[in-house]
Amino acid sequence: MTATHLLSVADLGADGIEEVLRVSDSFVEVSERAMPKVPALRGKTVVSLFFEESTRTRLSFEAAAKRLSADTMNFSVSTSSVSKGESLRDTVQTIDAMGVDALIVRHSSAGVPWQVASWVDCSVVNAGDGWHEHPTQALLDCFTIQKELGSVAGLRIAVVGDIKHSRVARSNVLAFTMLGAEVTLVAPPTLLPPSLDGWPVAVSTDLDAVLPKADVVYLLRIQAERQSEALLPSLREYTARYGLTRDRARMLSDDALVMHPGPMNRGVEIAADVADLPRSTVTRQVANGVAVRMAVLFLLLGATPK
Amino acid sequence: MDAEDLRRAVTRIAHEIVERNHGLDGVVLVGLQTGGVPLARRLADALARVEGVDVPVGTVDASFYRDDIGLRPVMPTAVTDIPVDLTGRVVVLVDDVLFTGRTVRAALDALNDYGRPRAVQLAVMVDRGHRELPIRPDYVGKNLPTRRDEVVDVRDDGVDVGEKRR
Repeated sequence: MTATHLLSVADLGADGIEEVLRVSDSFVEVSERAMPKVPALRGKTVVSLFFEESTRTRLSFEAAAKRLSADTMNFSVSTSSVSKGESLRDTVQTIDAMGVDALIVRHSSAGVPWQVASWVDCSVVNAGDGWHEHPTQALLDCFTIQKELGSVAGLRIAVVGDIKHSRVARSNVLAFTMLGAEVTLVAPPTLLPPSLDGWPVAVSTDLDAVLPKADVVYLLRIQAERQSEALLPSLREYTARYGLTRDRARMLSDDALVMHPGPMNRGVEIAADVADLPRSTVTRQVANGVAVRMAVLFLLLGATPK
Repeated sequence: MDAEDLRRAVTRIAHEIVERNHGLDGVVLVGLQTGGVPLARRLADALARVEGVDVPVGTVDASFYRDDIGLRPVMPTAVTDIPVDLTGRVVVLVDDVLFTGRTVRAALDALNDYGRPRAVQLAVMVDRGHRELPIRPDYVGKNLPTRRDEVVDVRDDGVDVGEKRR
């Protein structure tokens, strides 16, 4: 990775994704040993700048930075000058002026990480911008699939649920197809984006027809906070048609994976006992996430001279 | 050095390891990625012939411990594989060429994170000089005076010294 930022998986290309996955292997080994820490980024400072709540992504980046021996600082909106009305630009430039090496940015508006990158000298990592992108989630999902099934290329992957509001869907579809997977989106028409022009995917509204042929079922969270928009008649109806119930899970082939980026709504998009099946990778995805984020930070801040 | 010289040097180093450690009790070979790995395997085979003992063989990639991260491109080439707890063991670190000593320094730091060995010894096929740190090998295939800008290449069929490709 010769870039200074990770904003979209599209910037990486297939070669860049594969490089991240290759280096992640080394960091899995580091994470699994009794002393899970290396001195690679000693003296570097990584700041997480989250304008939206998050537990797993924020902690995962923090664990990754600490295991690389970087110093970490946290910014939370409620206790910052943002609540006094400071602009995004002033906030970001203030932090940059303290001499940081990387900003991990999450924001509810699409495009904010690009804007931030144009204002600062340090590296910027997009940790989720609106409905737009979440590149490290896509990388850790590709890494998980590669570890479990050997390769992403040639697999049939069904992405199920609220595609419209999902940055995970956008980044993952990009990454999966760049690595040569066949992607089918399964969702009620109200939860699909207005246009799928340029998406190299198939679309279905019949989960039962897609499941038996799928190598990976990737479930997206039904965002309860979107219910006010009346895009679904009811959660129960969604579960009846698009939820991965125990009966539907039986239609899957023997080595098919069930994936979910978390947080899960057990009983809505995934049945509680399906989430706990050995084929469900939910907790492995989280563990792999730390190694993949270590790889991203190492490639951005350590691997190439600045 | 040709293939025969290399084979004789491996056999001699194997005998020296046995002699120095009064046998092979607690001895582990760790090959440095990438050049030290095949050499560590050859040494293990030689030790099996000499003493009839199979010693554990590991590999270490010291990239994340290097002191030149940020100064030149640093990329891990392979996943470190240390098959046993190193605490209380005698680790023989194996590399093909010893030059500045900086890779060995990084590897010593890496090994520490896998336990506290009773001793670490260093075996290299070629010592080409130009050390920048107080590191010396315990077992040497051949001392080979070189210029700084030359390249030393150790393969299965011998050792070559050439000009740096530009």
